[in-house]
Amino acid sequence: MTGLTVLIPIALSLGLLGLAAFFWALGSGQFDDSDGAAARILIDDDE
Amino acid sequence: MASQALIPLATDTETDIDTTQISLFAVPGMHCAGCIGKIENGLVRTPGIASARVNLSAKRVTIQHDPALSPPDLRAAIAALGFEAEPLADPGVDVAAAENRMLIRALAVAGFAAMNIMLLSVSVWSGAEGGTRQMFHWLSALIALPTVAYAGRPFFRSAWAAVRQGRTNMDVPISIGVLLTTGMSVYETLIGGEDAWFDGAVMLLFFLLAGRCLDSLMRGRARAGVAALLKQSAPGAMLLDDSGQSRWVAASALRPGMMMLVAAGERLAADGRVMEGESGIDIAFLTGESAPVRVRPGDLVQAGALNIDGPIRVVVTAAGPDTVIADIARLMEEAAQGKSRYVRLADRAARYYAPSVHLLSALSFAGWMLAGAGVHQSLLIAVAVLLITCPCALGLAVPAAQIVACGALMKRGVLVKDGSALERLAEVDEALFDKTGTLTLGRPVPRDLAGLGGEDRAVLLALVQGSRHPLSVALRQALEGEGVVPAPLTDLREQAGEGMTGRLGDETVTLGRPRSLITLFDLAAQYRRGDRAVLLRFTDALRPDAVETLTDLRAIGLKTLIASGDRPEALTEIARQTETTAIGHLRPQDKLALIERLRASGHRVLMVGDGLNDGPALAAGHASMAPASASDASQLAADAVFLGDRLAPVAMAVRAARRTVRVVKQNFALAIGYNVFAVPLAIAGHVTPLVAAVAMSTSSLIVIANALRLKGAAR
Repeated sequence: MTGLTVLIPIALSLGLLGLAAFFWALGSGQFDDSDGAAARILIDDDE
Repeated sequence: MASQALIPLATDTETDIDTTQISLFAVPGMHCAGCIGKIENGLVRTPGIASARVNLSAKRVTIQHDPALSPPDLRAAIAALGFEAEPLADPGVDVAAAENRMLIRALAVAGFAAMNIMLLSVSVWSGAEGGTRQMFHWLSALIALPTVAYAGRPFFRSAWAAVRQGRTNMDVPISIGVLLTTGMSVYETLIGGEDAWFDGAVMLLFFLLAGRCLDSLMRGRARAGVAALLKQSAPGAMLLDDSGQSRWVAASALRPGMMMLVAAGERLAADGRVMEGESGIDIAFLTGESAPVRVRPGDLVQAGALNIDGPIRVVVTAAGPDTVIADIARLMEEAAQGKSRYVRLADRAARYYAPSVHLLSALSFAGWMLAGAGVHQSLLIAVAVLLITCPCALGLAVPAAQIVACGALMKRGVLVKDGSALERLAEVDEALFDKTGTLTLGRPVPRDLAGLGGEDRAVLLALVQGSRHPLSVALRQALEGEGVVPAPLTDLREQAGEGMTGRLGDETVTLGRPRSLITLFDLAAQYRRGDRAVLLRFTDALRPDAVETLTDLRAIGLKTLIASGDRPEALTEIARQTETTAIGHLRPQDKLALIERLRASGHRVLMVGDGLNDGPALAAGHASMAPASASDASQLAADAVFLGDRLAPVAMAVRAARRTVRVVKQNFALAIGYNVFAVPLAIAGHVTPLVAAVAMSTSSLIVIANALRLKGAAR
């Protein structure tokens, strides 16, 4: 039982962390250009 | 064009450059990593441009630059890199994207909450007792309450809007179900009861939000596709003031009486009268006619027209809301109001579903009260009935089927704007076609190339490569399609209104307007090499599969009709080939009236057209489609846009739409069938939170699996 009082907050905060990370990614426009992200890795920058 | 790329900013004091301005350009030609690199690296080398960022999905470039650079300068800079670009209006606030993002946030929150509450619920179901169970219920409540308040907003808002107008939609039973379930669970938690339904309520929200997100995603994707093709007529014009100075003025600031300088390759920003200069202008957006019209001083020109040959000076006669384009846009807006009255399938189903569910729930409450079960027990059962009948599968049934079908259609080159378009497309029983640009390609295709030798073809390609004249473009496309390699020409020049000249060895070669010519065909060019002259004629060819498609449409039960603004004589040939009645001499208003007449006689019309003159008809049709070569306004008004030279996508889209509606109806039947089993259990009081959770997920999975069968719908 005492384990639960530690484990549940940990589990919840980890979940919240993931949620916050997703919100941040969404807010910083990381899903705005999915085709571009796939293509950019192929750009040769050493011209 | 290229001469405009020289921007009057000689000093390279980058630190001084004010880079506050942000402009947005549509660049439909980008498609790979190479294009991204070329544009982003190339643009920042242009003085005055601080940064450029490509969005490949939306085919857009965002440029941060010095305000001194006007849109034509930027466009020229992109053109110098080898891409055609069109300025897009003020980036502004994209309402649809914001809504989509809000839904995804809500979905993420609901998903997080559903998983965590389910974790706690599983322990309760596996036998947590007393204090532990109590703590888990409280924890669930702690997670569920903010989640319902946040993730439920889209449903509550829509339900409230419907109720306030005395209507009901799918969101009304959803909102009542979620709110009652949550309220009841809070009460249960407070009194230390055995069951709490937080998991059910939040999972319901999660599934429904998934459906909503799919719906919004589908609309967003098609809209992005159309927006990429969308060219704004003209964001402004170069003005000449009394002192002879020229300056760039936005279209909204143009007033009658102002003098515009319109260079070749630019679009007009306002209606006006030509004062100086002579040129050909392309008003295909208005008439659908591909041949440029010659204009001289005194002639009237319309906003949106493309100046092709030479620079002209135009005095503005009407700007902004008074232009011909704006008039047609108003006509379209009015015509589209009929379409907005269409009630979607899901909402039609909800009209019957919602009241019966509420009645059932109320009856079971009354029944158990009469049977002497007590208020608490009866209320619990009534809530269980509401939860189990909540249209979870119903809410997923429609968007899941529609997004799978739209995805399949998109792969085949048909962009459907939203789910309601698919539903309406499935109902049409009469197809009305415009001629120019719809049944025909809407662009000139050379007819006499076969008579030319290999060397002549190579010379011809070299001549037309640098020109933007429609006939040159047509020749270039045809020759490049045949794999011709251009000949090495020297002294290549384009003379406005006259044509192209070059030298091959010591021979002079030209391609120009036919001189001293008696021709019935307006579209022709003369190719001269030395003292030999060849006349090249062009026609507006029928789309390769137009005849088959019309036959095909008749085979699936649609009547076909051709409605054109062209002369009746020009229609006879096409009417004979397609075995379809053709009506000529129709103005935009007449086409609109024709559709109204057909509707009044009980037909549901599919309008297929491309020109701006079809715009009102496209907006008024029960459903409408436009080719990707259509004018912007038509693409906006149409429910679906199809790419490529073939007409077959029209028949394919109608077929796929019908199949989709069939699957949607099957999904409804599945959802109702599930209720037939589950509701008696709920009324009998046997539904525990565990049963509710299992039943809900299974029914959702079944409708999604059924929807996936539509993957091959577009055939």
